[in-house]
Amino acid sequence: MWIAQRSAAWRQLAALLPEVEDSRCADPELVLDAVRSYPELARDLAVARRTSPGSALAQQLEQAYARLHRGLFRPAVSLRHDLVRLFGREVPAIARDLRHRILIVAIGFFLAASAGWWLVASHPELARLVASEKMIETVQRGQLWTEGLLNIWPSSLLSVRIFANNIVVAIMAFCLGSIYGLGTIYIVALNGLMLGGVFAFAAQHGLAGRLLEFVVAHGFVELTIIFIAAAIGFSIGEAIARPAHRTRSQAFQRAVSRGAVLMLPCILFLIGAGLIEGYVSPNPAFPLAARLAIGIGSWLLLLLALGGLRTLPGFRVAGRNVKRDEH
Amino acid sequence: MNAGADRLRVASVTGMDVELPIAGLGGRSYAFVIDWHIRIAGALAWFGLSSLILYGDLLAAVAEVNALLFFAVVAPSLVIYLLYHPILEIAMHGRTPGKRIAGVRIVAADGHVPSVGALLIRNLLRTLDSLPALYVVGLATTLVTRQALRIGDIAAGTVLVYDDADARPARNSIWRTSGLANVEADAVARLGLERVELVCELLSRWDVLDAGTRRRLAARLLEEDADAATEAEFKGRLQELVR
Repeated sequence: MWIAQRSAAWRQLAALLPEVEDSRCADPELVLDAVRSYPELARDLAVARRTSPGSALAQQLEQAYARLHRGLFRPAVSLRHDLVRLFGREVPAIARDLRHRILIVAIGFFLAASAGWWLVASHPELARLVASEKMIETVQRGQLWTEGLLNIWPSSLLSVRIFANNIVVAIMAFCLGSIYGLGTIYIVALNGLMLGGVFAFAAQHGLAGRLLEFVVAHGFVELTIIFIAAAIGFSIGEAIARPAHRTRSQAFQRAVSRGAVLMLPCILFLIGAGLIEGYVSPNPAFPLAARLAIGIGSWLLLLLALGGLRTLPGFRVAGRNVKRDEH
Repeated sequence: MNAGADRLRVASVTGMDVELPIAGLGGRSYAFVIDWHIRIAGALAWFGLSSLILYGDLLAAVAEVNALLFFAVVAPSLVIYLLYHPILEIAMHGRTPGKRIAGVRIVAADGHVPSVGALLIRNLLRTLDSLPALYVVGLATTLVTRQALRIGDIAAGTVLVYDDADARPARNSIWRTSGLANVEADAVARLGLERVELVCELLSRWDVLDAGTRRRLAARLLEEDADAATEAEFKGRLQELVR
């Protein structure tokens, strides 16, 4: 009797469920119907579990109840609110927390670069480890491999290739931190060694100044982001190695989710740096002063996005009352 | 909330907790294989068709390097292949066509629809799960973790669960087809819920069962001899029994 009485309500609910679960802007009346059905369905489920535990009816009611619950308690999506929260509160807080690690990574990177410089400067044959045969031949002719790059690749294509590559390196530095931070150490050390080695090799042929001129417009942002990605990688590694009062998976989850929040603006800036590297860096029409201005300007913009936006009026409210615990 | 090795308990405000079955390696890889074929087919279709339309040659992009070709042919194909999962999982609230077919969906650890951030993190960590090749790391962690989680799931706080609404249409027949919703109240009182459910189940699967099986099951439920009637008569009697 009870099944017959309630079956009409269940049929009605079955028709509502897809709309409640999937629609971004469901009809308010329909949502109200679903809200009213929620406690009724809970009661039906309780009855079904008590009177016929394990029955298909109980299972189906359980499924319907889970779907209704999921639909009704779906988190609200507001892009504007999310962006203000992200740049006004979360990104600056996480960047501030990671600042010491970022500094340590930067020091480690420059130490590795110094080692790379010293190795190639004192053993020129090691240049083969950091440069391809074609690069070596070009430099030995007194030219940089970056010169005439635009004759081979159009700027647009070059930009995409570069920022895709940089994003992959940053993501790898981030993800490989999961191996107790070791993967990140290898990536930072390897990139540092290669950069130092390449500069030493260019310097041997009197081209270090021109190489620096090529790098200066995009290098500040790219290197800073690699440092940030590596610092996140280290924090992930540390979370696994030393989870403190959390379980390892909880600590890992927290470190990754915080790192991913910080990576979001970084990836946007990597795209910007890729565009600069494709359009500005290989173009001889840009003098050194303009390159420096672009490089330092974009770097300051990155710093603003990572910490300074909370000082702007629109973000101040969102950034207020940030509790240490939220970090 | 965890209810056990293979179920995720979802607490609700009414105090009526429900448990969702966690999808293991089978459900997960089944969904992935379907999705992989869809995205590779989509990417190749875009590559071939756009190349054909722009250059009259299916493989023009392989031979040439220029900006138009890259942005019109190669880049969209890569976007389809690489961003298929994050975009569709966000748009479909934790599902993709492959997951839908496999009957699984991603939920947050509390059973709710995962946030956009969680879905992005989950996909970002595919890089790690896919190492060194063929998702070896992801498969290994799925095998050793209690809730069959890959690293991306652990990081994002998500769980892959079976979503019966799409996975088991036959079992969903209670209010969809000829099931209990249409059963007369006195039939339940007379036969008991368990028997009525069995009859409804048999009727909903009548066409997919082989003749011998459905005749044998019908006879057993009607407590008659298997040769007592034709198949059509058995079906009619079963329908009468619960109507």
